Amino acid sequence: MEPASTIRRHARSIARFWSSSLAAEMEYQFNLLIEVAATLITLAGSLFTLSLFFGRGQQLGGWSWNAALVVLGIYTLLNGFSSTLLRPNLGNLVKQVQSGGLDFVLLKPMDSQVWLSLRTLSPWGLPEMVLGLALVVVGTIRSGAKPETTALLTGGLMVLAGITILYSLWFVLAATSIWFVKIWNATEVLRSLLAAGQFPVSAYPPALRVVFSTILPVAFLTTVPAEAILGLASGGSLLAGLVLAGLSVVGSRALWRLALRHYTSASS
Amino acid sequence: MNQRLFRPFPRGRQSGRSALASALRIARALFISQYALMLEFRAEILLWALSGVMPLLMFSLWSSAPAGAAAGISPQAFARYFLAAFVVRQFTVVWVVYAFEEDNLLGRLSPLLLQPLPLVWRYAAAHLAEQATRLPFVMAMVALFFLAVPEAVWIPSPARLLLALLAAHLGFWLNFLLQHAITMLCFWSERASALERFLFMPYLFLSGMLAPLDLYPEAVRRFALLTPFPSMLYVPAQLASGGAIDALAAFRTVALWLAVLIPLNLLLWRAGVRRYAAMGG
Repeated sequence: MEPASTIRRHARSIARFWSSSLAAEMEYQFNLLIEVAATLITLAGSLFTLSLFFGRGQQLGGWSWNAALVVLGIYTLLNGFSSTLLRPNLGNLVKQVQSGGLDFVLLKPMDSQVWLSLRTLSPWGLPEMVLGLALVVVGTIRSGAKPETTALLTGGLMVLAGITILYSLWFVLAATSIWFVKIWNATEVLRSLLAAGQFPVSAYPPALRVVFSTILPVAFLTTVPAEAILGLASGGSLLAGLVLAGLSVVGSRALWRLALRHYTSASS
Repeated sequence: MNQRLFRPFPRGRQSGRSALASALRIARALFISQYALMLEFRAEILLWALSGVMPLLMFSLWSSAPAGAAAGISPQAFARYFLAAFVVRQFTVVWVVYAFEEDNLLGRLSPLLLQPLPLVWRYAAAHLAEQATRLPFVMAMVALFFLAVPEAVWIPSPARLLLALLAAHLGFWLNFLLQHAITMLCFWSERASALERFLFMPYLFLSGMLAPLDLYPEAVRRFALLTPFPSMLYVPAQLASGGAIDALAAFRTVALWLAVLIPLNLLLWRAGVRRYAAMGG
């Protein structure tokens, strides 16, 4: 089948999936109130914690308060993205492996990685994404950076690269459930480590900075996109972020192929 | 297997001594069986232990932040505080609402409720057994931390260590009772665990996990110390790491909250059990 029609078919299916998940979630409208309240409290707490680092005119790793707000904003945005798409779908992947339901996914006339990654959409991460974006805007304006078109475009591109890397990290971890069935706790470890992204990576000691730019690329999730938006990013880090995003997609795809070759269904 | 562990309960009136003996026997049996169960899941428990790295991340931030030096706290003091906080957190983690909710939704609650033992003891024993399973992992992580940050090595004075252990264990019970109160709402709602976040958020920001409370503005610090959350982390961590703390006032706060939470839990439990009709009923 030609690629264009395959993509169109996948897009149409995903649109249906999402509208049906939204319709299902709308049964629980009270949740929205809880989510908005929880998001606001968490954000207030994070802002308070961040403010402790900026006592009497101090800086954090060479970042001003307003610039650090952009980092926190992008972290909040990515967190919302995780609760909207990553956690519901990839949590489901682990369950499918445990229950053997993955057999039926593999039989569908659709790419299994796409199906597993985009099958449901939980709207409850949206308030967090909106607030994160608002914080990015506030931080950018207050830090006095001229919102030039190129900076905004590179910033947007780097946020997308960050989302891609984040997705790949989650997907790779979830895909290893084919070998190690009970993997869901490992995602808690990932989540707790990613919390490091609330702060600019230059605020950490040198050894951790290396870890956060290589093994666990937290730097490319929040710090580099924030630098790009503020027009502070070096060409090298932008390029590294984009290359890493490309590699992570290729890598997650390759790992999924390998995993499927080892898949022997549940109870066998 | 020790057959005596499974002897049925003695009936009728008991003398004080034999009642105590039978309570001890039940406690021992509960703990041993739960410990065996937890050992089965040791790989998962290791991952849970690893997911508590937040205090160590905060240590790496604070030890090099200018704001830390400006507040007059040395990197060494930060290292000791946050390492103590990390260890305290490991032994005060509570998950009773998730365990109870699952048991309720899957219908496992009914047979458990028929047993002549209040349900809370089973969950409490599971928590204590899980802490015992964590112990070797936590000791290994402390050793690794000391290898990485040798200047942080310290041995607390016996008195402080004893007080810290007591404070941490009381902190665990405080946390357990707080979450248990929310757990009791499972009798009214299928999704009571969603409310746990509203306990976790104040815990995160007021317990001292992200910064020693001494760095908070005075008004916020004083407010935080009225809540039960610093007793679960800041107080024991400060006691163990040798920081300044008004231990008497801290233990008074714990006693006060226990005096509120124990009757509250009893009331909720009695009202909930009366309402219980099994899942789908």
